[in-house]
Amino acid sequence: MHHEPGNHAFFLFTDLFFGIPALLAIGFYIAAVLVTNPQKRLRKWPWIRTISFVTGVLFAAAAVVGPLSRQSHTDFTTHMVGHLLLGMLAPLLVALAAPMTLLFRTLNVHSARKLNRLLQSRPIRFFTHPIIASILNIGGLWLLYTTALYTAMHANLLLHVVVHIHVFIAGYLFTISLLYIDPVSHRLSFSYRTVVFILALAGHGILSKFIYAYPPEGVTEDQARMGALLMYYGGDAIDLLLIFILFRHWYKSVRPRAVIQSGNVQKLREA
Amino acid sequence: MNTIQNKQAQLTNRAMFARRNLWSGILFGLGFVAFLDETLFHQLLHWHKFYDKSTVAVGLVSDGLFHAFSWFATVGGLFLVADLRRRHALWHKMWWGGKLLGAGVFQLYDGTIQHKIMRIHQIRYNVTILPYDLVWNISAAIMIIVGIVLIIQAKRDHRNGTGVFSHAS
Repeated sequence: MHHEPGNHAFFLFTDLFFGIPALLAIGFYIAAVLVTNPQKRLRKWPWIRTISFVTGVLFAAAAVVGPLSRQSHTDFTTHMVGHLLLGMLAPLLVALAAPMTLLFRTLNVHSARKLNRLLQSRPIRFFTHPIIASILNIGGLWLLYTTALYTAMHANLLLHVVVHIHVFIAGYLFTISLLYIDPVSHRLSFSYRTVVFILALAGHGILSKFIYAYPPEGVTEDQARMGALLMYYGGDAIDLLLIFILFRHWYKSVRPRAVIQSGNVQKLREA
Repeated sequence: MNTIQNKQAQLTNRAMFARRNLWSGILFGLGFVAFLDETLFHQLLHWHKFYDKSTVAVGLVSDGLFHAFSWFATVGGLFLVADLRRRHALWHKMWWGGKLLGAGVFQLYDGTIQHKIMRIHQIRYNVTILPYDLVWNISAAIMIIVGIVLIIQAKRDHRNGTGVFSHAS
């Protein structure tokens, strides 16, 4: 659309720039699992987490490397598939793989303490706060689709790289600020996270309809509508997974200590 | 004797979690109506429009908020049911009262404020809309009334000591 055909250098660069770290991440994750699994003091790492991580990274890579990334430049619907993969599904799968927990397994006590201090530092606490993470995530999308940024991103290599990294990282921060899978030092209540979550999802849904009504610069009305529908309903599907996991955590956390049977009512404690 | 004690314990549990029963029903009712609206009227019948050009700005916001909230309400409402069940505290009459109340209130809000004032979309296009609006909003009002009656009855049942077993032990 705005991108001259035959710009091989652009895509060759992005393929390598995103492809190599993706392969390295998968390699490091599997290596960490293989190194720590034989240690007797540790539980066996659940294989489902490894699968979750590999799938997550592959989904993220699919959006920024290879044919999907090329087609995204001219086709808004493909772009939106990429967005759902890179910004929502991949971050969720990577978060579910508990990468920080795995990293802790590979470290000795001294380094683990250091990492722990880092995770409790102010900047990390700031960026993993649900409100900040939601603003970065949903606010970033509003900026992308309602300003000239969307067009500019396709012409400028640096912008292209920065925006795509932002989408993934913001999606990841958003996910881990709401679902506690890795260790979290400053936990917020379920109701707090639920309220922020609802507002963020509303922001995503409203943006979808806004795109439907007012196509981003340089996107045809038909493409904008297809893309918006995909963003709305695809987003719903992935959000449903997130909501289910959040409430399952709640359900486990309020498990009554004793099952209430005849006469045992006093054992019941409201959680 | 044991069954009587069980019954007694269940009644006590219900009373202790009366509000959770009510809210679980209200949330699920709201989510259920929103879900039906989406599947039946948007996807299967194609009566509702995804976006209507006459939507006012606040309509887009209201629609977005309720849409997001309805997902949480459906899933959360059902997890609350599971929680009540494992505590032997599920109170069907109270829950159904809440469900009808939640469903009716949301449907009435959708049918009056969202459809008519915010104009997010109409029930159906290219037809005389009045009968559709009447059926929509009157059925909402009926759900609200039946819901409230059930909730009042459930409370009265509890005060009078529901069922035969409540004073047995």
